[in-house]
Amino acid sequence: MNREALRAAVLAALGDVAPEAELDRLEPAAELREVLDLDSIDFLRFVQHLAAATGIEVPESDYAQLATLEGVVAYLAARS
Amino acid sequence: MSEFRMPSLGADMEAGTLVEWRVRPGDAVRRGDIVALVDTDKAVIEVEIWEDGVVDELLVAAGQKVPVGTPLARLRAAGATPPPPAPAAVAAPRPTEKPGAAPRAAEAAAAPPAPPASAQPPVAPAPIAVEAAAAAAATRRVHATPLARRIAESLGVDVAALEGTGPGGAVTRADVERAASPPRAAVASAALAPPAAELRAARARQAMAAAMARSKREIPHYYLTTRIDLAHALAWLAAENARRALADRLLPAALLLRAVALAAREAPEMNGFFVDGTLRPAACVHLGVGVSLRQGGLVAPTLRDADTKNASVVMRELTDLVARTRAGVLRSSELGDATLTVTNLGDQGAESVHGVIYPPQVALVGFGRIAEQPWAHDGFLGVRPVVVATLAADHRASDGHRGSRFLAAVDRLLQTPEKL
Repeated sequence: MNREALRAAVLAALGDVAPEAELDRLEPAAELREVLDLDSIDFLRFVQHLAAATGIEVPESDYAQLATLEGVVAYLAARS
Repeated sequence: MSEFRMPSLGADMEAGTLVEWRVRPGDAVRRGDIVALVDTDKAVIEVEIWEDGVVDELLVAAGQKVPVGTPLARLRAAGATPPPPAPAAVAAPRPTEKPGAAPRAAEAAAAPPAPPASAQPPVAPAPIAVEAAAAAAATRRVHATPLARRIAESLGVDVAALEGTGPGGAVTRADVERAASPPRAAVASAALAPPAAELRAARARQAMAAAMARSKREIPHYYLTTRIDLAHALAWLAAENARRALADRLLPAALLLRAVALAAREAPEMNGFFVDGTLRPAACVHLGVGVSLRQGGLVAPTLRDADTKNASVVMRELTDLVARTRAGVLRSSELGDATLTVTNLGDQGAESVHGVIYPPQVALVGFGRIAEQPWAHDGFLGVRPVVVATLAADHRASDGHRGSRFLAAVDRLLQTPEKL
């Protein structure tokens, strides 16, 4: 997957978890959990959706690298 | 012969709108079957039936809003002969809102002629107008997902007018939103009429306000607070999650719920109901779990028998409950009979929460955000992940001593996470 496809996959996963979020206005460097009001269950579901879409299972110890949209894309790009 | 009534789907529910029947007269039903969709102002709930039988007669038509306890349908035992309709026996539901296009069951009930009492051929009873209305509706029966229905109502879209693109031609959320988008843009400029979604949120807020005001008026709350060291529990959780498949990962919330459920089993005065001036301890532990909705509001669906399920099962059910609560598709068994409620602010929340008890329950446990805190232990100061656990309890049912023992039990249980 290239970065554009990864970005689309991340946004789709966020859309599944927070259907009412206005994702087209999401700043690349915005704190996802803060801006989208994701609790820990939402975040776990987000990680599960990412795995389903990309095959990459993010370990808990790497969650800190998934703080922003650009962070998630960079993390996935380095592993796909 | 028995009656299926509008269930109470939460302490703050006074009436519900029958959105759709999932059964018709003559259908056999089994305990646990979903027989109707009911809108409580907060969510559309799939309502289950609690006995086996055959649907004899529908007493309330789709679209009607009736108070909790109103008979919705009559059931007969499987194999029993359908009795002749007896107009006097039909309890006329009093709609609290306009009944919409559907004819009122009350009018319908007066209509059927009473057949001779002696002759009881096993033929269908004289159809009443509710049944006729159901049949009429069926000719233009609309398949739509509960979420789509809910969104359609909030956006003022008629699902019957839409072409569904979902499985089997079902109207989906996307169909509804597509249909709604042009008018919604137009509405944006007309600031005078608040959108239906806001009205709905306001109604949900009112219902919650009524229950909480009643709680504060009637229940003499007392509050206890304790700080719990979660270092051991979180270390165990991290190690456990590192070896678990992604789908089976646990969150601290699952451990907190399990600890409360097991502690509740030891503390009957925290787990049950206060009715008619006395405490009625519950034999089981059904935890109400506070789930905040992103658009505002709070729903507390029930995680049943939480004391008999391990942390993995609790985690799975919690994830499912939260997702369906936010999508607005809960079942009736998941609302209404919690024996103790837990509110967990999560890791984005404040440090502690002192809750308001849901009547007729007698206690509510609150957990704040888990955060690193200075912690004195064995004469040394260290840093530990700590959660502030609070208990709001009913002083008519217990006292601070019992409450303290209960919170101490929650703490003790969290120190052996592997047993949760």
